[in-house]
Amino acid sequence: MTVSDAVVEKRRGLSPRQRAQRSRGIQYAVLIVIVVVAAFTANWGQIASVFFKPEFVKSAFTSGLPGAFLKTIEYTAGAFVIGLLGGTLLALMRLSRVAPYRWFATAYIEFFRGLPAIVVFVAFSLLPLAFADLVIPLDPYGTVWLALGIVAAAYMAEVIRAGIQAVPKGQIEAARSLGMPAGVATRKIVLPQAFRIVLPPLANDLILLVKDSSLVFIIGTSAAAYELTGFGRDLANTESNLTPLVTAGFCYLVITLPLGLLVRWLEAKAARAH
Amino acid sequence: MTAAAAAEPAQSLAQPLVHAVNVTKSFHHNEVLKGIDLDVDRGQVVCLLGPSGSGKTTFLRCVNQLETIDGGRIWVDGELMGYADRDGKLYRLKNKEIAAQRREIGMVFQRFNLFPHMTALQNIIEAPTQVRGESRKSARERAMKLLDRVGLADRCNAYPAQLSGGQQQRIAIARALAMQPKLMLFDEPTSALDPELVGEVLAVMRELALDGMTMIVVTHEMSFAREVADTVVFMDAGVVVEAGPPKDVISNPQHSRTQAFLSRLRSEHEHP
Repeated sequence: MTVSDAVVEKRRGLSPRQRAQRSRGIQYAVLIVIVVVAAFTANWGQIASVFFKPEFVKSAFTSGLPGAFLKTIEYTAGAFVIGLLGGTLLALMRLSRVAPYRWFATAYIEFFRGLPAIVVFVAFSLLPLAFADLVIPLDPYGTVWLALGIVAAAYMAEVIRAGIQAVPKGQIEAARSLGMPAGVATRKIVLPQAFRIVLPPLANDLILLVKDSSLVFIIGTSAAAYELTGFGRDLANTESNLTPLVTAGFCYLVITLPLGLLVRWLEAKAARAH
Repeated sequence: MTAAAAAEPAQSLAQPLVHAVNVTKSFHHNEVLKGIDLDVDRGQVVCLLGPSGSGKTTFLRCVNQLETIDGGRIWVDGELMGYADRDGKLYRLKNKEIAAQRREIGMVFQRFNLFPHMTALQNIIEAPTQVRGESRKSARERAMKLLDRVGLADRCNAYPAQLSGGQQQRIAIARALAMQPKLMLFDEPTSALDPELVGEVLAVMRELALDGMTMIVVTHEMSFAREVADTVVFMDAGVVVEAGPPKDVISNPQHSRTQAFLSRLRSEHEHP
């Protein structure tokens, strides 16, 4: 350190480290004030009895929460499969040399990505009115899977397209030089590598799908078909207490938090491979 | 032999395996090949030498139709590559037919291009089982023989990422050989390797040449070209400048461009 540096330091009074310490001190002080004020002003008894009443947690478990939990997983899993298959098809169409395929895929993707998912669900709820003899098989699964899957396919198509384009060109050339027709090269060489690349973002899409499955109640399913949100809402309504909904909310975290860890683990693994 | 090939009058063993006539190719108005003529006889090893950008790699890729040519014709074993000739007019073959032509030609790339999601063994049996419909059992047996031949039988279950560059390239050679090609194309097979790994790949190629495989090799390895090549072709700026046995072209080049290239290569070799 030179003499002039030392002079400047003195004039400002505080070193960068001292300033950082002071800033941290202020932040802690503000936090303590907020906590103290909240502790003294809030009606904790009422909050606890509205949001976290143990007997309602218990009644939620006995009156069908596990079933709703299972439904959420079933709805999500089926929609994920439809989204994955549809998304792969759309991604391949988007990269096709046949222009109309590209147009269709682009229009589809832009349309369903630009639309609030809830609009699609409202549309599905109105379908039986518009087409009286329309029967979507596997009720209620068929309708739910289709509604969720149609939107998911649009999101996944873009992810998968990026994955396909990230496969090095040399891989396709090697496949062609071995005499593989384009279809075989895509199926055996390109897609397996593309899916490895897009595994982390696809797992991310799965998390979004778990949450989107809550929109199912808009379609107007019967009580037996309720997933977590529908179940929690219904029970909270009848009990005039939010505890069932909070319980259902925690169930989502039971699904999404491990998935989030999975995404991070996959990302770390992908980073190591490079 | 197919009916089309039989119809051509001069198909005999005396014909060269590769017969290229006046091949031209441009990328965006940049003429990379300006009329290449090249014959390769059965069992011959031809080394293509020349500065980067001279068109060697492009020509190699034209032979197996990884690039389409703009003019001229290339025959491999009497078959016109990429086109059907009907009364002097050329019609582009269907992709499936071109894929079938490529099966007869093995290619080894500078950057190996092994399939990273498959083991060494799976890399080798993939094309024979998928494309030729060979049973997994017989493809496996042949693959193990090929792995033995390139000295890597013990690494058959390793993934490419677990192998050194030299080992990957030897697997890539075995993969190409598994299709039992008539012709092998090598595109700078040792350029991406650490110097100490070059020898093991060249040794495999040398053995392949001794076994009578017809090979076209784009390389900067002068000692390999001098020892193994029957013909050395020197290319520059999209034309063949000079061609002949290595003792003529490498040891006693006639053309000033060949002389300049070789002396530059030699000085780089001495003072890298």
